[in-house]
Amino acid sequence: MAFDVHDIREQFPILNQKVHGKPLVYFDNAATAQKPIAVIKAISDYYLNYNANVHRGVHTLSQRATDAMESVREQVRAHLNAAEAAEIIFTRGITDSINAIAYGLSNTVQKGQNVVITAMEHHSNIVPWQMLCERTGAELRHLPMDEHGELILDRLEVVIDQNTAIVAFNHISNTLGTINPVQKIISQAKKVGAWTLVDGAQSGPHTIVDVQSWDVDFFTLSSHKMYGPTGLGILYGKRERLEAIAPYQGGGEMISTVTLEKSTYAGLPHKFEAGTPHVEGIIGFGAALKFINEIGIESISAHEQSLLEYATKQCSGIKGFRVIGNSKNKASVLSFVIDGVHPYDLGVLLDQQGIAVRTGQHCTQPIMDAFCIEGTVRASFAMYNTFEEIDSFISGLKKAVSMLL
Amino acid sequence: MATIQEKQQILIEEFAFFDEWMDKYNHIIEMGKSLPMLPENKKNNDLLVPGCQSKVWLHAEQHEDKIIFSADADAIIAKGIVAMLIDVFSNQPAQEVAAAELKFLEDIGLKDHLSPTRANGLMSMVKQMKYYALAFSA
Ligand SMILES: Cc1ncc(COP(=O)(O)O)c(C=O)c1O
Repeated sequence: MAFDVHDIREQFPILNQKVHGKPLVYFDNAATAQKPIAVIKAISDYYLNYNANVHRGVHTLSQRATDAMESVREQVRAHLNAAEAAEIIFTRGITDSINAIAYGLSNTVQKGQNVVITAMEHHSNIVPWQMLCERTGAELRHLPMDEHGELILDRLEVVIDQNTAIVAFNHISNTLGTINPVQKIISQAKKVGAWTLVDGAQSGPHTIVDVQSWDVDFFTLSSHKMYGPTGLGILYGKRERLEAIAPYQGGGEMISTVTLEKSTYAGLPHKFEAGTPHVEGIIGFGAALKFINEIGIESISAHEQSLLEYATKQCSGIKGFRVIGNSKNKASVLSFVIDGVHPYDLGVLLDQQGIAVRTGQHCTQPIMDAFCIEGTVRASFAMYNTFEEIDSFISGLKKAVSMLL
Repeated sequence: MATIQEKQQILIEEFAFFDEWMDKYNHIIEMGKSLPMLPENKKNNDLLVPGCQSKVWLHAEQHEDKIIFSADADAIIAKGIVAMLIDVFSNQPAQEVAAAELKFLEDIGLKDHLSPTRANGLMSMVKQMKYYALAFSA
């Protein structure tokens, strides 16, 4: 199918509105993406026609809901090329996925070992590891980055050593756009026998990931960044790894037998899915994946790349403009500062012109500290954004700067 | 000395001149620029107003029965907003500040900034000023 951004936009009715009297330009896609009609329909179809609790009822509606949910598990398996559907766990989001693993490792990781992250992680891939290290006495280390926002790979062999229990890092930085060399990092981890976890928050909507060819132990996605509903995450884990770690929540669905004294856990994936799952979210996410794959991730990311290049070029003409994160390998995230202007002021004045960007630290305070800045303005692009929107953004930005300087 | 009510009325009349969002914001920016800066040594973390996306420092002291506010911010629009609040609240009896109803923000078209979840922290600034006023009128 040819990529036609105008056809795509028609699938996103929310985009067709005015904000402060100006056509909405939505450039906050790295925070959350808008939802196509197909996703909204799938959710309402579930509630209109087959809402029931899953895995529990022998009745027809429960069976239909269960089948729908399990077919999404299979869809995700195929999307990530996991070995089996039981390795796909439904969580509440990436934050939840990472906490599940970090908690699950509490009895395995020991003092004397270390956990490795990078200098460009989202808080959700920092804090759970700090908590694990506090519980266990393990050391938290990070792989540093340079002034372009690229990881310093020369340091890999020093930071990841014989005592490393797990290496957890994001595939693509939500603040810098940097696409990290996943395979290099994983191969160093494997060399020393460390486990690996990749945060795929920003790669999910833009790239194809093959977890088996990466040979990664854990990989996690967030539905809401992939045009799907909020409140749903995907946690992929290799069977042997998921079997080796403890579940972090107990309750219904995750057990095989329960007596008042002791319970035994159910097998995968249920061991990690305590309680009634986010059925509508899962079904909506299935529709989102189908939508993305019908358009084709390659076409989507090619479009986004040209938007990024165009926007970067147009912005560089603005006096005092400085891009934060100019890695050679970059996804469609444009973070920047303008000398002498606070990002918050730009955000407010862009909003007045209908332009939605994110301003601040983007849940990555250590990156701000590394660049010695208070925050950035971040424009992030999705499949439905257009070159005309970038033109509006540039003229809006110029207007804002002229008011502020 | 104008009362809190009168001060608000003056601001409302000032803003009534502007139809365009740009003019309104230019005026806020101007107010921000003309607010005297706090000396660097006063900009400590204790004075930071929580809940703002930019840094806003708010200082209060009592002068006889009046409360005197001074403030600074690293973002100019936040500074303009706090300047308006200072214009209305500073040099007023603490009890009146604590009890005052703020209606001018609505009338000058900044109502959407008033929502408690807005990251600009306007609500937090107002709250903080009222805390000081309450403490001073006790
Ligand atoms: C890189 C990265 N990691 C983690 C998260 C958190 O994801 P979630 O909202 O699914 O918890 C985000 C999104 O804010 C992100 O951009």
